[in-house]
Amino acid sequence: MNEEIVLNKLRWITCVLVLLTGAANAELVIDVQGIAQPTPVAIVAFGWEGDTPEMPLDVAEVIINDLTRSGRFAPISANDMLQKPTDGADVDFSDWTILGVEAVVVGKVIQTGENVYKLQFQLFDTYGRRQLVGYRMFASRGTIRSAAHRAADMIYEKLTGIKGVFGTKVAYITAEQRGDERLYSLVVSDQDGENERKIVESTDPIMSPAWSPDSRQLAYVSFEGSRSSIFVQTVRTGNRFPVSNKPGINGAPSFSPDGRKLVVTLGGVEGNLDIYVLDITTRQTRRLTTHRAIDTEGAWSPDGRHIYFTSDRSGGPQVYRISVNGGTPERITFEGSYNARPRLSPDGTRLAMVHNDRGNFRIAVMDLERKHLLVLSTGQQDESPSFAPNSDSLIYATRQGGDGVLETVSADGLIRLKMASGQGDVREPVWSPYPRY
Amino acid sequence: MSSAKIFAIALLGALLAGCPQNTIPDPDPSDTAYGGDAGATTDGAGSGDLFGGETIDDPFAGELGTVIYFDFDSSEVRAQDQELVSRHAMDLINNPRSKVRLEGHTDERGSREYNIGLGERRAQAVRRMLMIQGVAGSQISTVSFGEERPDAMGNSESDYAQNRRVGFKY
Repeated sequence: MNEEIVLNKLRWITCVLVLLTGAANAELVIDVQGIAQPTPVAIVAFGWEGDTPEMPLDVAEVIINDLTRSGRFAPISANDMLQKPTDGADVDFSDWTILGVEAVVVGKVIQTGENVYKLQFQLFDTYGRRQLVGYRMFASRGTIRSAAHRAADMIYEKLTGIKGVFGTKVAYITAEQRGDERLYSLVVSDQDGENERKIVESTDPIMSPAWSPDSRQLAYVSFEGSRSSIFVQTVRTGNRFPVSNKPGINGAPSFSPDGRKLVVTLGGVEGNLDIYVLDITTRQTRRLTTHRAIDTEGAWSPDGRHIYFTSDRSGGPQVYRISVNGGTPERITFEGSYNARPRLSPDGTRLAMVHNDRGNFRIAVMDLERKHLLVLSTGQQDESPSFAPNSDSLIYATRQGGDGVLETVSADGLIRLKMASGQGDVREPVWSPYPRY
Repeated sequence: MSSAKIFAIALLGALLAGCPQNTIPDPDPSDTAYGGDAGATTDGAGSGDLFGGETIDDPFAGELGTVIYFDFDSSEVRAQDQELVSRHAMDLINNPRSKVRLEGHTDERGSREYNIGLGERRAQAVRRMLMIQGVAGSQISTVSFGEERPDAMGNSESDYAQNRRVGFKY
């Protein structure tokens, strides 16, 4: 790698840091640690036609951040651009190819009503001299950020062939010391750390958030009143209802693919943790495992046929799976002494887990067909892996100076991204399914 | 670790456990909203202040330790703690209306929900020991906080040792 590229790379890393730390209310600070060589692209500042001097959102900035954070693209600086068109017809391809830019995005925001905005953009292949995608959508001040992420998703998918996840959300738990008390929160934010909202706060622990398949609800465990209960809460309204508060442990909820059931862990008075299927509407439970060992952390396979779970029936924790109709569990993991918290990739081909890698707890992914295990993280106490809905990357918690912070990593392990927390101990991230546009 | 040091940790734990704690009113477990649009308007009519209150610390709790510690990856009550458990058993047998909640904890290593299981295993080991000595099952409840409520915030071996524990809450 020559010096200029290194410098360029450093420049865009610094740029992203400044942009995001400068943003209001952003608890998560993004730090890219790319390993692969990113593709140079150009996102030209969007044009603006409206009542106010400035547009309600810098759309180009949102797209630049999204593409940069993917680790696959290096948007060039505005200072280096030879032209700044806002309409596709004005693009001069040679002005871009001379800079080595492979793709250029131009667009504008037009105000068409008091709170109605038309966002339009076009993506061009500069060497092929053709439009790859052009799209126009309407938004309000409240939805224009989502519209910008959606534009980034369309650009990303066109250029990589992989569906973008910039419009998705992340939920996670924070713990902060407030005087004598520890305050636990369940937080929902955009996947880039923006738009962060606390949807539950408690002085008793909150843990194990899980998204419903339509991304409208979160199930979680709360210890309010010094006993564990499982709640399901609608993210938008904040309304919640308890779905399981039996004696003993109520834990580890995870939704079925149809959203009607949860797989949960119940312990009962005797404290024998087993896997149960809970019907959310009727609250009826069906027991799946009966072993004396700890059986917990159930996760549904995307085809709805199996439950993967952690069990220490063989001594240490290992991953097993059982048919949703019951039967004899089948052991899935054999490599190493500790494999826990299984999570399936949405395409069903891979299994993520917490794996003891020579004394360090790390995130590993197993190819379910070839049984090959790949360790993706480098920390000492990494936990809670969760796949992005495109199955191409994962989010997990790691430790930095005693506090938990979040990282994402591509499923091939090549691109890792740190999301350093501004406040408190951040843990248990869960990536939302695709939003419904 | 020397037994004197274990004793010191146990004593420290016991003293800490005896400290007054803020009592937090239980949120109404019915359909309560936190945050969001509808959040501010939803409230349970049954959660008024009439029956609110605070727990009073047992003035004699300092005499009887209320925390016992466990070895790494173990739910076995250590020999030196068995007498303490027996004294709790005697108290419970002599006061049949007294109830205890056994709170199991782990250190922070490993997966969180699996640690909930390990903490429960510790609480259940103490529960069984109490019941063998004649305490009624109805006097005992268990809860596991796993690694969620550490006593020591650091991540040294001695911090971990202080977090692998079962607390007796009356």
